[in-house]
Amino acid sequence: MSLKEHFEIPAKYKLWSMILMGVGALSLILGYVLYGNQDGGVRFWSALLHNSVYFLLVVNATMFFYCATTLALGGWQISFRRVTEAISASVIPIGAITFVILLCLVMGHKTIIYEWLDKDVVSKDAVLNGKKGFLNPSFFIIWTTLTIGLWILLGLKMRQISRSIDDAPLSVEEGKAFTWKNTVWSSVYIVWFALTVASTVPWLWLMSINAHWFSTMYSWYTFASTFVAGIALMTLFVIYLKNLGYLEFTNEEHLHDLGKFQFAFSIFWTYLWFSQFMLIWYANISEETIYFKNRFEGPYSGIFYLNLVINFLAPLLIYMTRSSKRNYATVTFMSVALLFGHWLDVYQMVFGSTIKGEVMLGLFDFGIAAGFVGLIMWQTARVLAKYPLIIKNHPFLKESIIHHT
Amino acid sequence: MAIKKFVVGAFTDEAVLFPAVKKVRQAGYKIHDVYTPMAIHGLDKAMGLRETSLHTAGFIYGITGTTTALSGIGWIFTSDWPLNFGGKPHFSLPAWIPITFELTVLFAAVGMVLTFCYLCQMAPFVKKHHFSLRATDDHFVMVIECTPRTNVAEAQAFLGSIGAVDINVQDAETGWWLGRYDKDTKPFEMNKTAIV
Repeated sequence: MSLKEHFEIPAKYKLWSMILMGVGALSLILGYVLYGNQDGGVRFWSALLHNSVYFLLVVNATMFFYCATTLALGGWQISFRRVTEAISASVIPIGAITFVILLCLVMGHKTIIYEWLDKDVVSKDAVLNGKKGFLNPSFFIIWTTLTIGLWILLGLKMRQISRSIDDAPLSVEEGKAFTWKNTVWSSVYIVWFALTVASTVPWLWLMSINAHWFSTMYSWYTFASTFVAGIALMTLFVIYLKNLGYLEFTNEEHLHDLGKFQFAFSIFWTYLWFSQFMLIWYANISEETIYFKNRFEGPYSGIFYLNLVINFLAPLLIYMTRSSKRNYATVTFMSVALLFGHWLDVYQMVFGSTIKGEVMLGLFDFGIAAGFVGLIMWQTARVLAKYPLIIKNHPFLKESIIHHT
Repeated sequence: MAIKKFVVGAFTDEAVLFPAVKKVRQAGYKIHDVYTPMAIHGLDKAMGLRETSLHTAGFIYGITGTTTALSGIGWIFTSDWPLNFGGKPHFSLPAWIPITFELTVLFAAVGMVLTFCYLCQMAPFVKKHHFSLRATDDHFVMVIECTPRTNVAEAQAFLGSIGAVDINVQDAETGWWLGRYDKDTKPFEMNKTAIV
């Protein structure tokens, strides 16, 4: 069997990624003209914050998947590992964009998004005053720089290790050294991931929009949301490449496991979602219930229930059977649905706090999202085309080829 | 349950067992079962066993649990004995979810274990015939069921030709029975005439 090792970007695909990026740029300009100065630009900046943070966390989640499976000595995903790598390379452009947006918010003193930016308000407010050590512009900027910078650097390191074995077959000793090196750097990444995505970053970037309110579930909940979406994104790229005749070693056994990941982490997401909601609902303390006031009963109640239907009921019922997880059509459908569902979830996290009175979901938000989708498509394909699609010298490759569930 | 005649052969190697299963099926013999010391991946496919429906049963048990919990709590808290908990409405779905979840899991788990035991014919004090005790140690034991048209001597020779050892013929009860192993010859003595 001859392998199609080198991915050639189809012209149509390239065109589509360009069009989507164009739509994004156009939405950005039109959005600035239309909403940039309306009510302090709250809609414009909320949309940028929502989309950039969501897509950054999603592509970064694929690097988490990469490192977590490396640490678990997982062999099954080696056959499509280059896809994971390529998606995680999007952390570089999207990280840069997110960094610029967050910097604009803080330096531009956008109190309409982050009320804790206003020194006068903070000094008069006992709660915000108590959080001053964490919620202040300098810490925000330093921590954001460190976060995105280390994600990019550690991602580069992981990809560089993986590419270093492309040219020469490894001896047993070299294979052991390679595995050990991977383990060490993955551990560093995972620790940094725990300190950022699994704790501080959702607090800083998203939860601080409601600076008075807090939830101990928030970071895990954001992580679960974006991890499911990250797996869905990987699955979509794997299926796309399979359709073009690449990734010969990847088959429905691998698809089955990706489906299981989506299924399992959808349930995990629901567990965290419910734990956050139910305790607040049950305790009924007004400082806490204020967060759910406009989401549960107010204008966001439609999104509130739609969120549960797409992200919990649909995967629960559709992914329950074995055959649906091994069916390319169902998995494609569910992956798209979950990517959209979690986009909507982060939408209500941001907009439910910045624009409380009404839901303004419209073409502008979808336009910005299209721009990020185009950027991910463009960057992923570019990296995929640069390196061989199969890590043919990887010590665990055989395990992946004979994998069956 | 019925008493039937079986040709039993043991294999010492997994690598011999798989082609043997294939050849036995090709030759048209009916494999009663293959007993192995550990779970062997892909053996069910090689033997042509159908997919288990245990998970469908599990789904039904789970749904039963969900329904029991929701209808039970719903009836108690809204009509049978309504109580006021911190001013919450009587119909407080979020508060019921943990119990509903737990009953779903309980029903599904217990139901599936019992169904599994029934399908495998396992229960306390219940006995089944052992074709070879070494199936729990180091032998992969293949059991071929004899039909009225099976030539027993030919089947034995065939098993030998594909690598089986310890080949023998046994008359055995296929089902389970209550009893003790030291008396387990009883069903055969009583039913000698029933053997084909």
